[in-house]
Amino acid sequence: MNNKKLIGNGFRFFIYGLVIAFVAWAIYNQYFSYIFSQSSTFLVLLRQHFVLVLVSSVLAILIAVPAGIVITRPKFRKAEWLITNIVNFGQTIPSLAVLALMISVLGIGFNTAVFALFIYSILPIFRNTVAGLDTIDPNLIDAAKGMGMKPSQILFRIELPNAVYSILAGIRTAVVLNIGTAALAYVVGGGGLGVWIFTGIQLFDNGFLISGAIPVTIMAILADYLLRKLENVLVPKGAREVSNT
Amino acid sequence: MITFNQVTKKYSSEKTAVKNVDFTVDEGKIVVLLGPSGCGKTTLLRMVNRLESITEGSIVIDDEDSMDLDAIELRRKIGYVIQSNGLFPNMTIEENVMIVPDLLGWNKKKKTERFTYLMKLIGLDPKIYKKRYPHELSGGQQQRIGVVRALAADPPVMLMDEPFGALDPIIREKIQDEFLQIQREVKKTILFVSHDIDEAIKMADKIMLLRDGEIMQYDTPSEMLTHPKNDFVNQFFGKDRAIKSLSLHTVKDLQEVIGLAEMDESIYDTKTINVNQDLRNTLSMLLNQEADQVIVTNDEGKRIGSITIDLVQKYLHFEIKGKLSVSQEG
Repeated sequence: MNNKKLIGNGFRFFIYGLVIAFVAWAIYNQYFSYIFSQSSTFLVLLRQHFVLVLVSSVLAILIAVPAGIVITRPKFRKAEWLITNIVNFGQTIPSLAVLALMISVLGIGFNTAVFALFIYSILPIFRNTVAGLDTIDPNLIDAAKGMGMKPSQILFRIELPNAVYSILAGIRTAVVLNIGTAALAYVVGGGGLGVWIFTGIQLFDNGFLISGAIPVTIMAILADYLLRKLENVLVPKGAREVSNT
Repeated sequence: MITFNQVTKKYSSEKTAVKNVDFTVDEGKIVVLLGPSGCGKTTLLRMVNRLESITEGSIVIDDEDSMDLDAIELRRKIGYVIQSNGLFPNMTIEENVMIVPDLLGWNKKKKTERFTYLMKLIGLDPKIYKKRYPHELSGGQQQRIGVVRALAADPPVMLMDEPFGALDPIIREKIQDEFLQIQREVKKTILFVSHDIDEAIKMADKIMLLRDGEIMQYDTPSEMLTHPKNDFVNQFFGKDRAIKSLSLHTVKDLQEVIGLAEMDESIYDTKTINVNQDLRNTLSMLLNQEADQVIVTNDEGKRIGSITIDLVQKYLHFEIKGKLSVSQEG
């Protein structure tokens, strides 16, 4: 256990080191200059990127978590394979294809990008919600029922607190993926830091490329970090110890 | 008091789990439902708090038909203990124990008082365990908490589904003793599922032996051992039922019937045994040591005589085999 942790930490610091070296190299070559020379454009793009991720993730959470809860209720259990397959199918389509498909329906712009990102975020959240609720020991539910808890009390007092670790892990995966995928929003005219990344690629301009890509990376790492912190707040202490061992 | 009136449970027209079960659990008594797996004992138990529906017949708890009450309300009035303790990992020990009082809307002061009382009952310090989580406790402690959780709102009736089945033999015996001690104080009407014959003999005021959903015999443990009603009961309790029945008798019983032997003062390192110990354990002790006697002590620790294998055999012959032979003729 401790050894594993040590290797994990070592690996993490190695990656941090690489990132720092890369950033140092980029600064040395003045690849970040656009962030400062065109700071107003940068802020607009950053905000667009942020809003894209925020709106699509929040929508995905609002749909996927309740859907996962509903599908694990005894009444709807039978439909689980159907819903899971539909959601899985959504995930197998490449993100670029989803964007392209959405253009034909919603046209070009912010909404299309949000919708595509939303579709893309549903699966990890849904799957983790279902997994989290499914792995709860059926004896716990039996005990809760036998003591006279109502179905809603069982859900909110027993099932969700014990599944929240898994649900949050799904949300984290979705958000981090989303931040990366949101760079593709440029393709459908959705804005975001993808604009600079793709401009950089097209013009062979490392300056634009890196000024767009590095903030996206930092955003993803930051989101991951913050959502991990959120776990410490939201996961009940007893349930956390259990899921860690 | 729990009364079963011609209770039947059918899962489908062909599959019947419980057939016309008709019996009464008297106030303050422990009835152990015993039988091979699939005999319907757990189903029968779960019908009492309506976790399983009743196909035919009725179950009456303290003059109230279980179907007349709302299922949720009914369950809050019945203590429920399961094998895997069912403690909720996200809640502290106090929250776990106080679930039913919480559902019933008790105030904080009443809950704290009750928690303190219950923890003292099982010999755990309420201050220390209050804020702990289930995973921080040993298996035996968790099961104890599972038992007091069922007692929390002081229900008159308790259902226990193999509550000590997952514990190792040493801890299990200890907790069985503790539980009997608690039962002497709280005097609940208890329905207890077990597949362990020794546990049933030890815990039960009456044993109900089931096979394929039908009652084979409903009797006190000693009646069951000495007067098995049919071949199934006879076989179920096994060829060693004479030895098993020894656990229903204490050294004191033997002393009253045939008296103890003189102490042989020339042997120094013989073991001693309390006069309230059962004869089965006494016999094991006699067989496990080289000397042919064990010194008997009373509750004050005073040596009052000794017991030998011969004496146990003699007692077995008079008291138990006498009854056994009668049953075999009849």
